[in-house]
Amino acid sequence: MNTSIAWIKAYVPDLNVTAQEYTDALTLSGTKVENYTCLDKNLEKIVVGEILSIERHPDADKLIICQVNVGSETVQIVTGAPNVKVGDKVPVVLDGGKVAGGHDGGPLPEEGIRIKKGKLRGVESCGMMCSIEELGSNREMYPDAPESGIYILPADSVPGADAVELLGLHDVVHEYEITSNRVDCYSVIGIAREAAATFRLPFYPPVVKETGNSEDIHDYLKVRVEDEDLCPRYCARMVKNIKLAPSPEWMKRRLAACGIRPINNLVDITNYVMEEYGQPMHAFDYDTLAGHEIVVKRAKDGDQFQTLDGQMRALDHDVLMINDGEKEVGIAGIMGGENSKITDDVKTMVFEAACFDGTNIRLSAKRLGLRTDASGKFEKGLDPNNAEAAINRACQLIEELGAGEVVGGMIDCYPVKKTEKRIPFSAEKINRLLGTDIDAGTMKDYFKMLDLGFDEETQEVIAPTWRQDLERLADIAEEVARFFGYDKIPTTLPSGEATTGKLSFKLRVEGVAREIAEFCGFSQGMTYSFESPKAFDKLLLPEDSPLRKAITIMNPLGEDFSIMRTTPLNGMLTSLALNYSRRNKNVRLYELANVYLPKALPLTELPDERMQFTLGMYGEGDFFSMKGVVEEFFDKIGMTGKVHYNPDCSHPYLHPGRKAEIIYDGVTVGYLGELHPDCADNYKIGEKVYLAVLDMPNVEKFATFDRKYTGIAKHPAVTRDISMVVPKNVLVGQIEDVIAQRGGKILESYQLFDIYEGSQIVAGFKSVAYSITFRAKDRTLTDEDVNASMKKILNGLKDLGIELRA
Amino acid sequence: MKDQLEKIKREALEKIDASDALDKLNDIRVAYLGKKGELTQVLKSMKDVAPEDRPRVGQMVNDVRTLIEEKLENTRKELARKAREEQLKREVIDVTLPAKKNSVGHSHPNEIALNEVEQIFVGMGYEVIEGPEVEYDEYNFEKLNIPANHPAKDEQDTFYITKDIVLRTQTSPVQARVMEKGKLPIRMISPGRVFRSDEVDATHSPSFHQVEGLVIDKHITFADLKGTLAEFAREMFGEETKVKFRPHHFPFTEPSAEMDVTCFKCGGKGCRFCKGSGWIEILGCGMVHPHVLEMCGIDSEEYSGFAFGVGLERIALLKYEIDDMRLLYENDVRFLKQF
Repeated sequence: MNTSIAWIKAYVPDLNVTAQEYTDALTLSGTKVENYTCLDKNLEKIVVGEILSIERHPDADKLIICQVNVGSETVQIVTGAPNVKVGDKVPVVLDGGKVAGGHDGGPLPEEGIRIKKGKLRGVESCGMMCSIEELGSNREMYPDAPESGIYILPADSVPGADAVELLGLHDVVHEYEITSNRVDCYSVIGIAREAAATFRLPFYPPVVKETGNSEDIHDYLKVRVEDEDLCPRYCARMVKNIKLAPSPEWMKRRLAACGIRPINNLVDITNYVMEEYGQPMHAFDYDTLAGHEIVVKRAKDGDQFQTLDGQMRALDHDVLMINDGEKEVGIAGIMGGENSKITDDVKTMVFEAACFDGTNIRLSAKRLGLRTDASGKFEKGLDPNNAEAAINRACQLIEELGAGEVVGGMIDCYPVKKTEKRIPFSAEKINRLLGTDIDAGTMKDYFKMLDLGFDEETQEVIAPTWRQDLERLADIAEEVARFFGYDKIPTTLPSGEATTGKLSFKLRVEGVAREIAEFCGFSQGMTYSFESPKAFDKLLLPEDSPLRKAITIMNPLGEDFSIMRTTPLNGMLTSLALNYSRRNKNVRLYELANVYLPKALPLTELPDERMQFTLGMYGEGDFFSMKGVVEEFFDKIGMTGKVHYNPDCSHPYLHPGRKAEIIYDGVTVGYLGELHPDCADNYKIGEKVYLAVLDMPNVEKFATFDRKYTGIAKHPAVTRDISMVVPKNVLVGQIEDVIAQRGGKILESYQLFDIYEGSQIVAGFKSVAYSITFRAKDRTLTDEDVNASMKKILNGLKDLGIELRA
Repeated sequence: MKDQLEKIKREALEKIDASDALDKLNDIRVAYLGKKGELTQVLKSMKDVAPEDRPRVGQMVNDVRTLIEEKLENTRKELARKAREEQLKREVIDVTLPAKKNSVGHSHPNEIALNEVEQIFVGMGYEVIEGPEVEYDEYNFEKLNIPANHPAKDEQDTFYITKDIVLRTQTSPVQARVMEKGKLPIRMISPGRVFRSDEVDATHSPSFHQVEGLVIDKHITFADLKGTLAEFAREMFGEETKVKFRPHHFPFTEPSAEMDVTCFKCGGKGCRFCKGSGWIEILGCGMVHPHVLEMCGIDSEEYSGFAFGVGLERIALLKYEIDDMRLLYENDVRFLKQF
């Protein structure tokens, strides 16, 4: 929403503040001003000049020399403009003055352009005559400006007068961000009312007199609304003997300042009232309406309709249409029809000011792909009582501008009148909500400034129908707060019962995950929750993989963001690939984010959102470095039991010989491995990639921050080393299982210290050496104790086909 | 006897003086004071001394012994000191040689911002509570006073999974979920991912993070909201930070406000960073709408509360002067390592 301050001042004449003061004050009272533009920026020393004589330049065919009366003196100006003649009044920038832009109408330079006395082809030129572009505007806003050349001012302009003033450019255009609850502020009147209240100044809205001749519109026209749910009110008035002409300068300037191009008096009045009252209006050529009748009803599915921009539109049953006795003549609230539009030959017309259902207009405009200024206003949900005020205002302007003869009376289809809302008032409750101590009288003064009524008898605030946002006391409290000043409300801290601040257990475990990952050199990445279904192919997932059962977004930004991820790997690998392509070395990343596993598709209940702790790296390090990170993490969250690694698992994106599921206490808590080289190729990563993914909900089942001290051993330990010849297919994990299961109570720890395959070992075998430590809490172990345990272990190992090395 | 002692004393002291190593001193100790040492031999020959002279001679022997021992000890200390001195000289290093770093990883800037927010509010007694990212329309909209057909529900802004399930557009649905449980008072924050249908560019991302805050208790006022958030701003952006509250509109709060903080680059004087205004818009907030309280089964006559929502990316971008939001989701380690 843009408005000219000159227009606002028409209703708040005492307003006398700078553009910045206005901006700050309105923003603090709730009408946010985004920015403002001074239309006279960089326009300095620009006056009306009268061309007294013109002669040809002796040395340049395209230049002329003008003597120009600028009031106090006559100056000589050389110009190349083709359109000036003797007697013309033109804007002249005097020597040392400034203009806003060049004559080409390109982007305006920040500092403007300084004009100095100089010579053009040897002839002195003192100042410059200006085109509309040089004055910082354009032909859109000044339709009477020539295509190229000097702007010609009205003949009665006085030489030496302020030309900027004459052009209406001493104005400031403010751009507002109006919140969706304040529909009334999408209008000059609405903003002017707020401005008046903000500065505690009187507000003078336009006074609308009765208009129309002695005839009765009902003798000319019938209106019938069939779908009242979509059209709570329809007002129509008529104008005959139309005389099309340009609008007066003041109206053109106000419209131009709002960014609306002046066209002719009829169009301009419609636009003017739309800006002023926030009520869109439409005009039909009466002579095109068959049966001189208007019927408001839904379209039929499959109907086609040509809008006044010449486009054919496909309609459906939910689009509300304006019909005459025979045919459709306009899409209600969106755009009129080609068949009934106002042409230069119009004699009689019908003005429509209606209130249409905002949601219906919004949805229709969207389906039709046709969002207009009018639909943009209607979709916010307009006040039906405003329609009548607006149509009467338009008729008043028709009469004032001499644009036609207004027919007496108004047709008004308004079955259910919208009434004012009454809200019980309590100064005490308002103060209690705000934490203030404002007296009731002050509050009531604020209401008066805002044109809110007050019933002393019932102690109720009466909210006018244009204030649809006021429904209950909290809304009234906001009005009080806005005008008391948010900045004057005290600052306190909540009193009451003390509460304990804390992180959930889940967040604490995640905190440790981050700590360990970062300690181990992994930096935290973040990737999107949605991705392309193509990721499944890149990850080599078979067609029947359950991971392919992903939630689909109905309206994604594109296929690449269309499904909710079921695995965190694509995000991780894409990030690693980006680093690889940028030649970053030794990259380690981790992410803590959810995957989304549907319980059924299509979704009938919320999916299982599972936090995944994903680690990925290339460069230094291998499978076992990754395994180390996992185990460091487990240690730190109290998972000190034996972690099992099962290489017989699926995970097709991992190297078949370098992958494992991570099992803790019988539960699979994640997996790790080297990325399958085919998959690495898919992501164009030319190094070995290692990955680990931990399913945090399962990890959390075992995590604990409880710690208990166990005494530090007092009795000495006994360590035995064994060196074994082991069949190649036996995993070290199996050996460790035997040691752990058979070592008995006195087994303290065991450690692999050598593993070897090669010339001294028979083919199909490997050499493995362990150091096993025994200790008892209560005594010094004897050889017999240790031998007994060792014997059990060795027997167990024998079952795996393991021999002790000689 | 006396001469003999004098000679021993002289010779011993001379030898000690001549020693330049600790092991030599030890040899001297053995040679004079050891079991078979010269002085010990003298002591052993005491039996030949007349009984009346014995105390005097004994005294003389002890004096010599003490003298030698002291001299030995002093020299030992001196030699040890010299040796240490030499060692320290030998061990001088060039401290400007490159450091050997553990390549520790770095937290994401969003995470750092979140941790700061969390610490501040946990310190003020707020609990951190999470909620689902795929959320029912009912919680994301209806219970927050955004009824069906409200323009905010437009598909242009919201990703829909089904008619009734959306990707949450805000962390505010967690408010409704917590209020519904009915355990009062409430002081909580809820961080997390949110989603809006915005194309990716330098200032937009279809997925970003918010932190929602909610306080519900008896007698909570707008003044409390102001005080709490002013305190937050000082902790987050520095002790000198001032705040400004501007009226705004959110469907689920009334009255509502947006909070600006004094620009943390120029301190409010106006700079390129704050586009000359001296202020930076940081969050939206307001008193919980009584209808929202009622929909969650809380008596709006007895209880009131405030809520606020902060965008983490916004804070991270502003605080670290990151000029392109896409950097936050690329995960280039050269970017991440700067935080």
